[in-house]
Amino acid sequence: MGSLRMNRGKTLKAALSQTLLTLVAVVMIFPFFWMITTALKPAAEVFSVPPRIVGSELRWHNFIDAWNYLPFSRFIVNGLVVSGIGTAIVLISSSLAAFAFSRLHWRGRDGVFLIYLGTLMIPQEVLVVPMFMIMRELGWINSYAGLIMPWAFTAFGTFLLRQFFMTLPRELEEAATIDGAGIWTVYWRILLPLTRPAMGTLAVFTFIGYWNSFLWPLLIVSDVNMATVPLGLNMFLGQTGNQWNLLMAAATISVIPSALLVIALQKYLVKGIALSGLGGR
Amino acid sequence: MGKVQAPKRNQTIAARRRRWAVLGFLGPNLIGFLVFTIFPISASLVISFYEWPLLGDAVAVGFKNFLRMFTQDPVFWQISFNTIYFVVGYIILNLVVSIGLAVWLTSGIRFAGLFRFVFFLPVVAPMVANSVVWRLLFVPDTGLFAAALATIGIEAPNWLGSPNWAMPSVILMSVWAGFGYNMIIFIAGIQAIPASIYEAAEIDGVNAWTRFRHITFPMISPSIFFATVMTLISALKVFEQPYILTGGGPGSSTTTIVFYLYQQGFQNYDLGYASSIAWMLFLVIMFVTAIQFWGQKKWVHYA
Repeated sequence: MGSLRMNRGKTLKAALSQTLLTLVAVVMIFPFFWMITTALKPAAEVFSVPPRIVGSELRWHNFIDAWNYLPFSRFIVNGLVVSGIGTAIVLISSSLAAFAFSRLHWRGRDGVFLIYLGTLMIPQEVLVVPMFMIMRELGWINSYAGLIMPWAFTAFGTFLLRQFFMTLPRELEEAATIDGAGIWTVYWRILLPLTRPAMGTLAVFTFIGYWNSFLWPLLIVSDVNMATVPLGLNMFLGQTGNQWNLLMAAATISVIPSALLVIALQKYLVKGIALSGLGGR
Repeated sequence: MGKVQAPKRNQTIAARRRRWAVLGFLGPNLIGFLVFTIFPISASLVISFYEWPLLGDAVAVGFKNFLRMFTQDPVFWQISFNTIYFVVGYIILNLVVSIGLAVWLTSGIRFAGLFRFVFFLPVVAPMVANSVVWRLLFVPDTGLFAAALATIGIEAPNWLGSPNWAMPSVILMSVWAGFGYNMIIFIAGIQAIPASIYEAAEIDGVNAWTRFRHITFPMISPSIFFATVMTLISALKVFEQPYILTGGGPGSSTTTIVFYLYQQGFQNYDLGYASSIAWMLFLVIMFVTAIQFWGQKKWVHYA
């Protein structure tokens, strides 16, 4: 009898906890919900008193207006190009370097690695002034190269993959070497396939980092045709002023890719954060 | 093993080939690293000792930029205060919310994956988009927050337009946008705690608070330490939220250090002063991290 009462108390407590947490989640998602409903309102009803969740009509046309107001397809293509190429360069160059730091023997290796380690803490913000001057010298203002290259060779990727390579057993490659495999074969055929989880995690976070980056594009891109999504949204904010329904439509468009990414790659994201604190905010 | 007596000539060929291999593997990354990390960080230090306009000639001025920062620029003190205000408020709220929700989500809740998605989404969404959405919520008088408060008879402040409310508003928005990241770290930490410890505690009949205080908290303290360091560093660099929400105002009440760096370097075109601000930020980040690693011995329990 006693245990039955205790169980009933427990079920009640669990239901209460479930309900409260649902409430918390509703509050947390509400800004995005409000973003979408505002994006669908006629301009005159954005600030209706008292506030109404849904306007008198669902104006899907706002999305088309927002899309045409500034070249949004261009922003998305720019974002994909910059994030895609940037991620590819990071993966290739850091996995090669990580191999050199973990599997090849050369004089000064540990010293150079220590220098790499020492730069892990340097924030991008500290580098922007000289980086801007370099871009000006190279003629990379308003260019894909200027958006991609400065952040494609930071020590982080090399460090992460080197740590991962160190955990892989050497027996496999030793066997392969005895069978006559060259260094390239060992890297390409043996180590890289084993590194796929770490590479996947690094790829996801590098991609998000490029996609969401704002300060750097703000500094070196003034041409609306070279803007990435966050910069385009900022330009939108500057030009539309108080057309909040269009602005929210633009914001919705720029949040959708991120939402899809989380849905598709939640495992990599969670694993990456739990293991290495990637992409900290 | 069979080629014990390999000729010497072959060995040098092998050594040369190995050297080329090192160059081939390391080269691409190392060149980029030298050009885009080592050179700019050194250049940044050098520039900070110059008066360096965007166009025109640079003049070496010694420590003048740093002296200006501390003795002749009252705005810099205001900005430092703002940054500390943001950092302290943001870290405390972020940790409380993220630890609380991590514990809650691991207490046998149904649909935990869905909740995690909801809490995590703003972390991955562009911060500019997050900020634009909150700018709408914060609109005075007719915005959602003000209007909602008005319906229950409370007159809301002009959130982003009032010197007293602007920074708390920026902090609130930033916590919403950022806590999901730490929450994921803590969920992983809690899930790694052996269930047997909690079972033993249950037999002893300890309550939820004691369970948290004496089991969960000490067991995840390495995660909390790690998250605190990362959050502190990212908070010191805050830029997008004040840039979009308030433009640093009203006055300079929400201008933070990176924002000020941006203004000095890219609006006033004073690259020398901007670089000295950048180096101050870097020194602070290194100092804070060093203190944290030193202080962790007192309260972090490594298994």
